[in-house]
Amino acid sequence: MQSRKKETSMDKMNIGLAKRYRKERRFRLFGLAAVFASITFLGILFVSIAANGWTAFQQTEILLDVHFDTAEFDVDNLYSVNYGALVKNSMRSLFPEVKGRSDKRDLYRLMSSGAVYILQDMVMKDSGIIGSTQQIWLPADDEVDMLMKGHISRDVTEGDRRLNDKQISWVDTLVAEKRLEKKFNTTFFTAGDSREPELAGIRGAAVGSLFTLAVTLLLSFPIGVATAVYLEEFAPRNKWTDLVEVNINNLAAVPSIVFGLLGLAVFLNIFGMPRSAPLVGGLVLTLMTLPTIIIASRAALKSVPPSIREAALGVGASKMQAITHHILPLALPGMLTGTIIGMAQALGETAPLLMIGMVAFIVDVPGSVTDPSTVLPVQIYLWADSPERAFVERTSAAIMVLLAFLISMNAIAVFLRRKFERRW
Amino acid sequence: METMGAVADIGDLVFPGVETMVREESRQEEKVEREDRSTVGRPFVDDARMTCRDVNVYYGEKHAIRNVSIDVGRNEVLAMIGPSGCGKSTFLRCLNRMNDTVDSCRVFGDIQLDSLNIYDKSVDVVPLRAQVGMVFQKPNPFPKSIYDNVAYGPKIHGLASSRTDLDGMVESSLKKAGLWKEVSDRLDQPGTGLSGGQQQRLCIARAIAVRPEVILMDEPCSALDPIATATVEGLIAELQEQFTIVIVTHNMQQAARVSQRTAYFHLGDLIEVGSTDRVFTNPRHRLTEDYITGRFG
Ligand SMILES: Nc1ncnc2c1ncn2[C@@H]1O[C@H](COP(=O)(O)OP(=O)(O)OP(=O)(O)O)[C@@H](O)[C@H]1O
Ligand SMILES: [Mg+2]
Repeated sequence: MQSRKKETSMDKMNIGLAKRYRKERRFRLFGLAAVFASITFLGILFVSIAANGWTAFQQTEILLDVHFDTAEFDVDNLYSVNYGALVKNSMRSLFPEVKGRSDKRDLYRLMSSGAVYILQDMVMKDSGIIGSTQQIWLPADDEVDMLMKGHISRDVTEGDRRLNDKQISWVDTLVAEKRLEKKFNTTFFTAGDSREPELAGIRGAAVGSLFTLAVTLLLSFPIGVATAVYLEEFAPRNKWTDLVEVNINNLAAVPSIVFGLLGLAVFLNIFGMPRSAPLVGGLVLTLMTLPTIIIASRAALKSVPPSIREAALGVGASKMQAITHHILPLALPGMLTGTIIGMAQALGETAPLLMIGMVAFIVDVPGSVTDPSTVLPVQIYLWADSPERAFVERTSAAIMVLLAFLISMNAIAVFLRRKFERRW
Repeated sequence: METMGAVADIGDLVFPGVETMVREESRQEEKVEREDRSTVGRPFVDDARMTCRDVNVYYGEKHAIRNVSIDVGRNEVLAMIGPSGCGKSTFLRCLNRMNDTVDSCRVFGDIQLDSLNIYDKSVDVVPLRAQVGMVFQKPNPFPKSIYDNVAYGPKIHGLASSRTDLDGMVESSLKKAGLWKEVSDRLDQPGTGLSGGQQQRLCIARAIAVRPEVILMDEPCSALDPIATATVEGLIAELQEQFTIVIVTHNMQQAARVSQRTAYFHLGDLIEVGSTDRVFTNPRHRLTEDYITGRFG
């Protein structure tokens, strides 16, 4: 009787065991499938962005022999010189057979309208070149660029193309003469925004993002950590602190555009701060990221074993000493993680910045936190909204820059965490 | 009220079927016992380092310590025993105001260290905790090097005038704690990397490094094996020459081995105090006898 009972219970257990293992395997399989699916989607995303965007790092340029004719510089002001004429003259000298006003105009259109500013800058920098002839690579128009990159098809009828047959034949001639080449697009990394795709760069938005994030970090990290320390270590547990806690948790879930409205009402209208400034953007994003940082920091503080606290107090450390010497160092990695998550959120945020005017078209690269500027996600939004075909690749390229920002921020976070964790 | 609940709970475990009966019984017992819960034995000594009078502790509504009066003599080892949850730790933590860190905890009564009321408004807890050190149940070294663990107390209290002075303090503390031989060549390694028994001795070294007058130990050996326990017990006997020690323990043999006087707590009351020999050989209170002979707890 006894032994039979034992046997059956053992059998039962074995059946159950097999079931348990099956369940476990199934669960592992699901997990693996989920990871695989997300990696695949991420891969597709990256590949499509990179495929769209990498061409933006190249720009078609045309080699011109520009003669800085002394006759043209016969004025007092170097700004009022007709640089357009210089470009046009050298274009004509490449194709002397082109006659007729409309043909000439078509020829000039192969050149970017920004070429004149490049010549102007050269002269301003070194007036010694006046009178000489220089070989200069100047950016081609975005339509030529698109043709070179294969985005304009030669097969469609002339009327449906942005470039007519003559222009295409000139381009082919230039290519044959090695006067038209795709070169690395430095403009993209050194210029601000522009209406002309070939002159538009990411620098303005990137610097704007940097300034905005710097303001956000400088404000939200100390304030967030101080708040968390106060709430966790000093504040008495009562109705008021409960209320504060509930409100902080609620703030973390408030749509970000609300913070933008708040910023508009308070920082711009009441305090009269400048519009479109990274300073105000940083303030608004600080409001937005604070709840995240506070919640993460409190969790980090809570996870420090209470025995460490007691040990410090037990040898006669004051509360502040226990916190600064023992609790904060142990909680810091967790706090940093929370901060980086908050900063990554802030980096990708557009909505609240629209409210405070950071969506404007701004050509200059900002020099300080009070200069008008945009940020990377807003720039992406603006370019994605532009009709020119050449802005499509620039949109993808800007997304790549944004991702590079994010990845480097995460890398810094991992590095810092390692560094602080090594102190056991 | 809660104390009754506690008794009933134990009953529930033993006789799950006869719940109501046990409740009834325990209530009866409670009433009878209530009267003779005043302390028996000799709670007071002539040469007292700490004196406690009519100490009451509440956790919120819960009355955790009831009217406890006891002295801790100079250079003696006082052992506190009693069933789990009777308030030994709570009382011990009153002696260096560790209970201040618990929000809901309120302490009433008079506790004096060298004739100074430690709960007086004018008393600063920081120097108090330097005078009354504590070793906890679970070894809790700082996640820092062995050296820094021991040096931390002297550093924050400014006890060492120079680096060599500090080195000397660390060395002598580790020697007193019987750990020097094992760690002298790896002082810069993490204290958390030591074995459990070594960690506990490191915590003792950390406590004595600030030169306290009284050392409170809350079940210092509960996480240790017999060999490490024996080391710590030997240590207590040595430390006794310099310090006054109050030790909480669940191990009655340990209490008998290391202490001169023993106090028995029961559900928040101090039931009996006396010289250790007398309490273990001839307990006067029925509850003490039940506990020591293993009939309770
Ligand atoms: N922080 C607290 N909040 C509320 N009640 C507490 C707290 N700490 C202890 N208590 C209660 O006070 C009573 C005494 O607890 P204490 O920790 O002093 O017991 P103990 O004698 O040390 O027990 P053990 O031997 O298990 O360590 C228990 O009933 C416990 O539930
Ligand atoms: Mg205890």
